[in-house]
Amino acid sequence: MTAANPDLDPRLRPLYVAMLRLRLIEEAIAERYAGQDMRCPVHLSVGQEAAAVGACAPLRPDDRILSTHRCHGHYLAKGGDLTAMLGEIHGRASGCCGGRGGSMHLFDDDAGVMASVPIVGSSIPLAVGAALAFKQAGDDRVAVAFLGDGSLEEGVAHESLNLAAVQGLPVIFFVENNLYSVYTPLAQRQPDRPLTAIGAAHGLPTAQVDGNAVLAVADAMETAVDRARRGKGPTMIVADTYRWREHCGPNYDNDLGYRTEAEFLSWRDRCPVETTAQTLHAAGQLDDDAILRLTIREEIDAAFTAALAAPLPDPATAGAHVHA
Amino acid sequence: MPEAAAATDTRILTAAEAILEATDQALAADPTVFVMGEGAADPKGIFGTTAGLVDRWGPDRVMEMPLSENAFTGVAIGAALMGRRPIVIHQRVEFCLLALEQLFGTAAKAHYVSNGRHKVPLTVRLVVGRGWGQGPQHGQSLENLFAAVPGLKVALPADPVDAKGMLLAAVADDNPVVIIEHRWVHYVSGPVPAGPVATDLTGPKTLRRGDDVTVVAASYMAAEALRAAAARANAGVSVDLIDLRLARPLNLEPILESVQRTGRLLTVDLGHKTLGLGAEIVAGVTERAFGALRAAPVRLGTPDHPVPSSRSLAEAFYARADHIATAAGTLAGLPAERVAAVAEALIAERREVPFDVPHPAFKGPF
Ligand SMILES: Cc1ncc(C[n+]2csc(CCOP(=O)(O)OP(=O)(O)O)c2C)c(N)n1
Ligand SMILES: [Mg+2]
Repeated sequence: MTAANPDLDPRLRPLYVAMLRLRLIEEAIAERYAGQDMRCPVHLSVGQEAAAVGACAPLRPDDRILSTHRCHGHYLAKGGDLTAMLGEIHGRASGCCGGRGGSMHLFDDDAGVMASVPIVGSSIPLAVGAALAFKQAGDDRVAVAFLGDGSLEEGVAHESLNLAAVQGLPVIFFVENNLYSVYTPLAQRQPDRPLTAIGAAHGLPTAQVDGNAVLAVADAMETAVDRARRGKGPTMIVADTYRWREHCGPNYDNDLGYRTEAEFLSWRDRCPVETTAQTLHAAGQLDDDAILRLTIREEIDAAFTAALAAPLPDPATAGAHVHA
Repeated sequence: MPEAAAATDTRILTAAEAILEATDQALAADPTVFVMGEGAADPKGIFGTTAGLVDRWGPDRVMEMPLSENAFTGVAIGAALMGRRPIVIHQRVEFCLLALEQLFGTAAKAHYVSNGRHKVPLTVRLVVGRGWGQGPQHGQSLENLFAAVPGLKVALPADPVDAKGMLLAAVADDNPVVIIEHRWVHYVSGPVPAGPVATDLTGPKTLRRGDDVTVVAASYMAAEALRAAAARANAGVSVDLIDLRLARPLNLEPILESVQRTGRLLTVDLGHKTLGLGAEIVAGVTERAFGALRAAPVRLGTPDHPVPSSRSLAEAFYARADHIATAAGTLAGLPAERVAAVAEALIAERREVPFDVPHPAFKGPF
């Protein structure tokens, strides 16, 4: 056993556990997807765990996040209920949307996951709106919009950045730049300039971080959250990361040829979970990794069992809740 | 092969293959034609409908687009005003909602407001999603929304011939044409002429002749209605089945002519029944052929709620062949047992295929 290193950042181990949990959950979905009981599209976030976990680290339960089609990681990192998520993906009455939404519509009010919107860009103004509500109410909560590199091409992203800036709203635009929109690389969609330049052009303070380095993400986020809570307005953070699996679905798709196997491998070498595990091991703080994994797997198995045991929603209720 | 022979040679193609062929032929025939879309030049090529075209015609004519629906739809309108003939593709109807102002405000009105001088020879392909739990924001067809705007043409192909022919006709048309392309129609196969044969953008076509009930359906609902009509015929009810094809211009003449014979009208909407195309058709028929009606017209369509993701909630959402057959049989005054027997036979026909997939081999996700 290596001697425990007291200098290691105390946040690292819990952040690692959160990332590992996220990884194992997404991998479990991928493994079981072929069973045909998860009858909805899934956009997995394997490889992007440090971004989700780091970004949510400084948030309080009463802060709000808004997510996209790729929402599993954000939902879980913010504390969303796993059983309700798996219930939703399995189309069960126990799902967070009662089966109405599927994987792309996850929310959990108790955990502060306000909504996930599968129309790219459409969640961004909602985060600005939540921030406006916080400002109007005079409290110190913050709102976070999770967005992909692709969503910065939508007009509504720019309009939202501008509006948040001019109103000085407590919102953080957290961009996960995974270099692709579906099969189209960033260079084919945007000119060669840093994505942070977009925030800067709208007068926002910006930060660019290694999106696979969980502490770097958490630090950048802490600065932004602190600024927002003090009434100093919005921030844009760009976290560079990489989606490992196919855009939508459980498989790997490097064989399609839209990106190279070498590029994928270079990112896999910088696996956010694995690199953090190495740091913790070296510091003697991860001798119980096998036990950790076992505990998480038990939690996942139980959540799958609960999801599968839950009834499908009553067809007679399909028309309920159209109006409040 | 001589041109004339090529034009009449038919092969069995899926509608997706027919769309690909039409696009290739449109690009070949006219250097001002070009394609714009997210995924138009990617390895999957918009459900295969643009697959390989970028290799053949290059990235300037098969243009990959940023995630900017509002901009590139407007850009296409601007280029069309300058005489180019863009084919814009949105992989879901919902993604085009971001561009409605461009389409409704500018494209639809340019000819009118320029006193007939400006033309917008624009084609917009919108794909309607269905099945595999894709949920409330990936399954709307909204043809009634587009059809509500004068200045647009709105086409709903139901078979491979029209999937190809209406696309070619749209590209040749000097007006903005919206093609509502149902994802499940992509899998429908049938004979398609090899040559660049356009089909008209003027009105409905009759798929089956009958004298007892007029059934009007569009897009994938025409395919369901065709199954229903075949089953009904065995039970002694002859259905005059009309594939609507166009929501705008809405040409009621063939429907009126049919109702004069049958006295009974059933409409099947692809989208919501409330304020759907069926409402307009029933209103028009009632206004102009009230005396011919022997029973109150009946409308089918999706109910007044969003399409839910879960299979148990979604199962009753879409009108199926058995629903259509039941409505047609009841309208024709068939005894309840015979109505039910046909419906049961139709349900049994598809029992092996889950209702949320387009065909038995489909394993998700889109
Ligand atoms: C307005 C709109 N256009 C297109 C799509 C189809 N679509 C879904 S996800 C996606 C890619 C989004 O890329 P990015 O924002 O970078 O997120 P990532 O998938 O990489 O996480 C696209 C084009 C959509 N859902 N909404
Ligand atoms: Mg991306």
